[in-house]
Amino acid sequence: MYPASFEYFAPATLDEALALLERFDGEAKVLAGGQSLIPLMKLRFASPRALVDINRIAGLDELTQEGGSLRIGALVRHKTCEGSALLRGRYGVLAATAPQISDPLVRNLGTVAGSLAHADPQGDWGSALLAAGAEVVARGPGGARTIPIDDFFQGPFTTALEPAEIVTEVRVPDPGPRAGGTYLKLERKVGDFATAGVAVHLSLSNGNVSRAGIALTGVGPTNLRARAAEEALAGATLDDEAIRAAAQLAAEAAAPHDDIRGSAEYKRNVVRIFTERGLRTAAAAARAA
Amino acid sequence: MATAVQHGALTRQIAVTVNGTDRSAEVETRLLLVHYIRETLGLTGTHIGCDTTSCGACTVLLEGVPVKSCTVLAVQADGRAVETVEGLTPAGGLHPIQEGFREEHGLQCGFCTPGMMLVTKALLAENADPSEEEIRWAISGNICRCTGYQNIVKAVQHAGAKLRAEGR
Repeated sequence: MYPASFEYFAPATLDEALALLERFDGEAKVLAGGQSLIPLMKLRFASPRALVDINRIAGLDELTQEGGSLRIGALVRHKTCEGSALLRGRYGVLAATAPQISDPLVRNLGTVAGSLAHADPQGDWGSALLAAGAEVVARGPGGARTIPIDDFFQGPFTTALEPAEIVTEVRVPDPGPRAGGTYLKLERKVGDFATAGVAVHLSLSNGNVSRAGIALTGVGPTNLRARAAEEALAGATLDDEAIRAAAQLAAEAAAPHDDIRGSAEYKRNVVRIFTERGLRTAAAAARAA
Repeated sequence: MATAVQHGALTRQIAVTVNGTDRSAEVETRLLLVHYIRETLGLTGTHIGCDTTSCGACTVLLEGVPVKSCTVLAVQADGRAVETVEGLTPAGGLHPIQEGFREEHGLQCGFCTPGMMLVTKALLAENADPSEEEIRWAISGNICRCTGYQNIVKAVQHAGAKLRAEGR
């Protein structure tokens, strides 16, 4: 399978890349890891007139903690996250997600920011970053802007990005010293998309939940925040009853469909069980932190 | 598709170091790396399996990193180093990884083998003495439908032991 023809550019600076996106006025796509875009182009689901390859732009591949937040540059690969001691510290939900993305070969090239921009409702990073309360930093012709992750996903494969904008980094606020998180994913085989997935983040303060982040993969038109479950946990003591109640609310927030991976009822039940397990794992990690 | 290139905006001159040799060609921008390797360069050891980023048969090393060459454009490899299974074979005899696959019967039909061996090379470069679990994790993006993986794991262990004994 061959992609349709396109013009290819590999600019050395972000300004050049932005100028190219403006020039092609919505008909160019940004190429980062290419692990979703190239398959889509081969299947002719996407036939952009031009590709703007940002891999030769310096400085976009940094994964750092700065000024109270984690910064994931546009070219940070899944593999880098998988091996990051920084993520294993306070960003447990991200550390647990990285090794569950696709397979090792895809993780060598695919990027966190690219996965968000692609906005596949079955993408794993969307849920992890919703749970972590991230922000997406994008640059366009008018300068840079910060988009809260809750405003970012607008529908399947649809984001708040303008056609001439590039995600330059993803920021995750420091969740505080007593934080834990995890990501649970049910997949039929390595490399498959999630039948269902649940991302959980907890920040504790004096033994109670100061912030809970719960988000769901593969059970809606976008990654979904289980808001009612989060709100029920805020300020709560994390006992069995609170965990079971939150898990039930998360299952109710899911909007799954029957498909080859399972029935809607099954997926909703997976969400409930995974939320319960995820909360226990995240709580144990936060208490041990 | 690599042979009849129309010059223009949809083509590009690329220079790639393939198995240590500098190669250059004018290619269509949409040419996939696997087709550049197989058709432009005639190196048919790199196989096309699923063509949908699922199987790993087309694995090559790009700057030492295993990637699926059906999901990389040839133009992305411009200025970079690619290693294919042909690059593994020394002037005489077999590379310890090839020897491992032969000694441990790590292949049956052989279709996944080039990809498996290149993933093995990258793994052993990073981790000279991987555990069975680490080996299974490293090859988890490469599908084999014959062996059940047992002998592939043994082949990787054999290769690791040989490379360690040789001090490399």
